[in-house]
Amino acid sequence: MSKDLIIPFEHQQSAHCETGVISNLMRFHGLRVSEPMAFGIGSGLFYSHMPFIKMNGIPVTSYRILPGHIFKRFSRSVGVEMRRMRFRDPATAMDALDRVLDQGLPVGMLTSVFYLPYLPKAFRFHFNAHNIVVFGREGDEYLVSDPVMDATTRIHRNALVRARFAKGMPNTSGRMYYPVRVPTDADLRTAAAKGLRRTARDMVNTPLPMFGAKGIPYLAGKLRNYERRLGERDARLALGNLIRMQEEIGTGGAGFRFMFAAFLQEAAALLDRPSLREQAQAMTRIGDQWREFAFEAGRMCKGRAEAGSTYDTLADRLVELGKMETALFRELARSGKA
Amino acid sequence: MKKEEVPQDDANLLEGKFKVVKYAVNENGEYEKVPSVGWEPENVALGQAWEVVNERVEEARQQVLRGAASSLAYHMEKNMMDAALLAKHVGIPARKVKRHLEPEGFNALDQSTLEHYAEALLVSVAELKQVPR
Repeated sequence: MSKDLIIPFEHQQSAHCETGVISNLMRFHGLRVSEPMAFGIGSGLFYSHMPFIKMNGIPVTSYRILPGHIFKRFSRSVGVEMRRMRFRDPATAMDALDRVLDQGLPVGMLTSVFYLPYLPKAFRFHFNAHNIVVFGREGDEYLVSDPVMDATTRIHRNALVRARFAKGMPNTSGRMYYPVRVPTDADLRTAAAKGLRRTARDMVNTPLPMFGAKGIPYLAGKLRNYERRLGERDARLALGNLIRMQEEIGTGGAGFRFMFAAFLQEAAALLDRPSLREQAQAMTRIGDQWREFAFEAGRMCKGRAEAGSTYDTLADRLVELGKMETALFRELARSGKA
Repeated sequence: MKKEEVPQDDANLLEGKFKVVKYAVNENGEYEKVPSVGWEPENVALGQAWEVVNERVEEARQQVLRGAASSLAYHMEKNMMDAALLAKHVGIPARKVKRHLEPEGFNALDQSTLEHYAEALLVSVAELKQVPR
């Protein structure tokens, strides 16, 4: 049995798990980056609607780049060296965790929310890309900083093993990671400017119709046909799933628009580019439009659409959103070159 | 979104355990983190998703009671799995899992396989063999 151990880890609640873990882990290692700054430097913002990829039988609509990539891009830009491990065998994975904790280092890991008993039941679906930090152990329990929660919590060893070895899309495979070198004097200005350029490029230039800003009108096209193709009940379920993809913990979409606006605001000061403050405001308006979309869609799901609200009017909102995002990111791409 | 517009539509989805945070603009036009207990569209969408899950679980329960499926089918639905995912969790080919979803296949299972299933589905072997009446 391993000894009790608490690493002095400062937990800060975050809006999303991956960016929250980056911010919290970096702060532990002496590099202060806010969650929005981590999101911006990691070029986390994106859009894609992929009817051919399904999670729990639901077509994936995503408002961010792939899980794990924010961390990768952030680390590369800032010069953080990460040790990443994955395992076949739970016992080996837990031993490895204990060894790193014994060195006094908090450990980030990939878990399935379905197997995290401390989360409210309503959120426990098979979502296998939730990031948490383990920063100690006491008896049979591990101390957990789950970024979406307001305080730290704990989890029984057996439950943690289960969450670390959930199967499905993707297999969590006991994945864990921890920084081995964090440059506390990192050049955040260059990293932020680069992150900004990359986000703009991703949004405007990614080929294929379902990716980037043009993926939004692409979804609009699908949405117009929901009722004809799926029938009334299934159309409503599909619409509900769209809202979940947009709003739910861990995958939240419109939330990412506001987080990016917060990044633009911070970047305006950091890079001394006041024009970014105006673009932050434009991004805020876009986030608000996404919220309007979710609000109207939610009413339709409940089956009490206000007069005039149809799948077509919802699709029109998306077309408008696509235009707004395209215009904003084109502008950001242009101003980034200057 | 302005700070005062951050939705507080409580449907007790967070079970009072904590509040989530949203980024919103304060009176000075600066972004900050603001706690929220929930938002109606999200509550509706989640409620709907759970309705679908519960329907499937109930349908499986009825099938078991009718003798058309084994109790394994009920516990599988309860864990929001399909045969393919359950197969991965227990390390048994999906084709075999499908056979165990039928009463004859399930009744022929040995103790150790039952234990594997029970472990993967978060129940005891005794619980695995029955469904709520």
